[in-house]
Amino acid sequence: MTLQERPLDRDAPGGTPVRQREPGPVAEPLLTVEGLTRHFPVRDRLGPRSIVRAVDGVDFDVRPGETLGLVGESGCGKTTTGRMIVRLLEPTAGRIRFDGRDITHTRGRALRPLRRELQIIFQDPYSSLNPRHTIGKIVGIPLQVNGVRPEGGIKRRVQELLEVVGLNPEHYNRYPHEFSGGQRQRVGIARALALRPRLIVADEPVSALDVSIQAQVVNLLRQLQRELGLAFLFIAHDLAVVRHFSHRVAVMYLGRIVEIGARDDIYRRPRHPYTRALLSAVPDVDRPGGATGRIRLAGDPASPADPPSGCRFRTRCWKARDICATEEPTLSPREGGTQLTACHFPETEPPQ
Amino acid sequence: MLRFLIRRVLSAVLVLFAVSVLSFLMFFALPRDPVTAMCPKNCNPARLERVRQELGLSDPLYQQYVGYMKGIFVGRDLNSALGGHCDAPCLGYSYVNSEPVTRTITRVLPVTLSIVIPAAVLWLALGVGLGMISALRRGTVLDRLAIGFSLTGASLQLYFVGAVLLLVFSYTLHVVPVPHYTSIFHNPFDWADGLVLPWLTLAFLFAAIYARLSRAQMLETLSEDFVRTARAKGLAKSTVYGRHALRAAITPIVTIAGMDVGAALGGTVVTETTFGLQGLGRTVWDAVREGDLPTLMATVLIAAVFVVVANILVDVLYAFIDPRVRLR
Amino acid sequence: MSLSPSDDIALSEIGPAGPRPQAVGRELVGRSPGQLAWTRLRRDRTAMISGTVLAVLFIVAVAAPLIERLYGVGPQQQFQDALDSYGMPLGYSGGITGAHWFGLEPGLGRDIFIRMVYGLRTSLFVAVVAAVVTTLIGVAAGVLAGYLGGWIDAVIGWVTDFALAMPFLIVALAFVPTVALRFYGQREAEPALFRVAVIIVVFAIFGWTSAARLVRGQIVSLREREFVEAAQASGVGLAHMLFRQLLPNIWAPILVSFSLAVPSYVTNEAVLSFLGVGVVDPTPDFGAMIFRSINYLQTDPAYVFFPGVTIFVLVLAFNLFGDSLRDALDPKSSR
Repeated sequence: MTLQERPLDRDAPGGTPVRQREPGPVAEPLLTVEGLTRHFPVRDRLGPRSIVRAVDGVDFDVRPGETLGLVGESGCGKTTTGRMIVRLLEPTAGRIRFDGRDITHTRGRALRPLRRELQIIFQDPYSSLNPRHTIGKIVGIPLQVNGVRPEGGIKRRVQELLEVVGLNPEHYNRYPHEFSGGQRQRVGIARALALRPRLIVADEPVSALDVSIQAQVVNLLRQLQRELGLAFLFIAHDLAVVRHFSHRVAVMYLGRIVEIGARDDIYRRPRHPYTRALLSAVPDVDRPGGATGRIRLAGDPASPADPPSGCRFRTRCWKARDICATEEPTLSPREGGTQLTACHFPETEPPQ
Repeated sequence: MLRFLIRRVLSAVLVLFAVSVLSFLMFFALPRDPVTAMCPKNCNPARLERVRQELGLSDPLYQQYVGYMKGIFVGRDLNSALGGHCDAPCLGYSYVNSEPVTRTITRVLPVTLSIVIPAAVLWLALGVGLGMISALRRGTVLDRLAIGFSLTGASLQLYFVGAVLLLVFSYTLHVVPVPHYTSIFHNPFDWADGLVLPWLTLAFLFAAIYARLSRAQMLETLSEDFVRTARAKGLAKSTVYGRHALRAAITPIVTIAGMDVGAALGGTVVTETTFGLQGLGRTVWDAVREGDLPTLMATVLIAAVFVVVANILVDVLYAFIDPRVRLR
Repeated sequence: MSLSPSDDIALSEIGPAGPRPQAVGRELVGRSPGQLAWTRLRRDRTAMISGTVLAVLFIVAVAAPLIERLYGVGPQQQFQDALDSYGMPLGYSGGITGAHWFGLEPGLGRDIFIRMVYGLRTSLFVAVVAAVVTTLIGVAAGVLAGYLGGWIDAVIGWVTDFALAMPFLIVALAFVPTVALRFYGQREAEPALFRVAVIIVVFAIFGWTSAARLVRGQIVSLREREFVEAAQASGVGLAHMLFRQLLPNIWAPILVSFSLAVPSYVTNEAVLSFLGVGVVDPTPDFGAMIFRSINYLQTDPAYVFFPGVTIFVLVLAFNLFGDSLRDALDPKSSR
């Protein structure tokens, strides 16, 4: 599948980013997220209640059949974002639109049809499968619970799914503890595929696996995307893996997206200082004999309960100036780049 | 921390309130006529009626309850036949014993305290000590003996052991006198002499349970990573086990110990019956058999107070030992 | 890239002396955690011995009427002619003879052996029923409190505190005869089954708290696991979540708690009888027997030993079996 050129996003006068659609085979985004916010109130002993701003106004969209990689360090809010999209968490504010429908606060009965289109793969292969169920049952439960009756029966369908993810369908009656980590993740993938969703949120699906197995699982996901036309929101903190599988990439920091754009733009021409720092830490196989200059960030990561004013990254940024503390940079295209960057002084030179 | 304490105390007060209401209802609201119960067998109807009047039993229930509770906190006026004004804490008047309940309680409470507290000290020291040591010397002969001891003790019945010890040491060998109570202030040696059998019985049985418990706790703590780290750092064995591991292992034991001591204070019926000592528990038993409702009600309340106070103390202690609790 | 799973198959348990299962044609059956535990239990000698002892005792209890027929003596029969003028049993050690295996009771001259068989029946019946009832209530309360949290948890927690604050023994002492009196009056005979029912009710009121606490703790730690979120994402309902997802994961601690609850109820029932509020004479009971025997400690010490030792063996067997069960279900537990 060839990568389509991404439509250019332009700033509308007035400062609010508006997406202009270019006509083409890639049409409406499947998933649109606007200003998505999630706050967690924290009950302190005696002091005032503080609020952890885990996700604080996030915008992105995912098109059918494409993968949006969502990266950031631990605690940046990417997992929370993923949970909100599949409605396991209630957003505090903002909007989620799926296939044109507003699903921000859908729950109960109305949520059922949605489950068939939006699914999730979890990170921990050891706790995401119920140890008391056979893998056949695990993969079959979504079908059972949603009243789906495939021809040939649920069991047949489950065995097909097992085969699709590369497991032996004869192992239908085995228990999770009899499988390795990589295999368990495959079971998780099979489960997510059972209802034939259109978009899957993959929450760090390979972070807990051995590096050699990671490649296998990611390749499986790519293959599934190709064959089934699935869209993915691929949440990870490992940039090397994300590069392998995403069409577009969004970088999150402390609850906000700081940069978003086509994969190659992000990786070859990162403009936000944070993105630069992240990428500088990725070992680059293409350049033997020494990594590119590793940028070490000074200062402690700020707390999501008390984010810095203005640009949240300024406490660790080597380019911070006064304006960074007073004015929050918007996520918009900056001079010299096609991706959206939230920085007053984005990098212009490509990294060495 | 203060907030935590206030919350616990409030919850405890609520619990005690509920206990008092419930026991009041149970005793005074059951269809069985409380007066018939309170008055010894040979009451004629006229007397019954007069007693009913004196005790205000024709009043609505809630008024009786309020009167009772008021008596506990500030004292109240009973009929002159019952002794006139009854000072706080007024727990009513027992026809069976012909004395204010408060006086009965002050007489029997020291007995129970004398039984339970030294026994508790013994069983905690013995049980926890044995448990910890056997955890440290896992697999050795000492450990196996300790396990055997704790299983045996946990399976034995208190009255059986008591009876056997009585038979052997008191009746047959005459090593100890028949158990009796003398106030510690009168004669400490006689006090100890008269109570040594109940102490040993209680200590043996409870120590067995605590040995099992603390051994399991200690083993679990020792297998945790932080112990390995401490040893790897080079800390002396005694520091690692004595300070770090012990502290972690002991917290659940503290909780259970508190609950047990609290419960024991309110419930030494079996011990006292077996050994023929007139403590709080035995008084309860007598009160049941003789239908002495005021005494019964008072003892239920006191027992509940013990349990609740013990729980609060345990929580406070817990908060000291385990800093995570404080932060909640 | 090969997608074949044979590269990273990791079977943690290969069956005893079994060949590698054939992949084609036959359906492979995995060993569930329950089956694994059963295998471990079977290998444990202590478990097998104590289990056998318990099985024997249960059979004796259930077959009590049959034993009575074979033995030839009933529990209420009095053999006054075998007692001396003081009421003491004639003969060796409390009257042990071929006809009366454990001797006779002083005073009433009833056969101790057959009374103990029936006493065993009472004890086990009360203990098992009480354990079942309290475990059921406790599990229900614990699951609701643990999974739903919020005010349900707060209320149940408070009720637990309350139940624990009530002094069990004292309340039982007061409650049981009062209730009995309310239904049967001073003179009427009270059927044994009624008294048994009252005792079980009292146990139930106080006993559910420990199971509830245990289950609640388990559920609270379980609900953070990702498979719970996965089930939610699949759209399961509350009933399915509680019964199909959560409960199967906690049956092990529940079972252990149950197996250790039974001996504690045996003990408690005997204590109540010892204090005179358990089953009414003439129904046989261990606690009552021991109580009576204290009066005869010096004159007929054998009388105290039979029920005392039997109840000790019963409780010990339960404790040993419960411990072995716990080990079999959770091999990581410290032993």
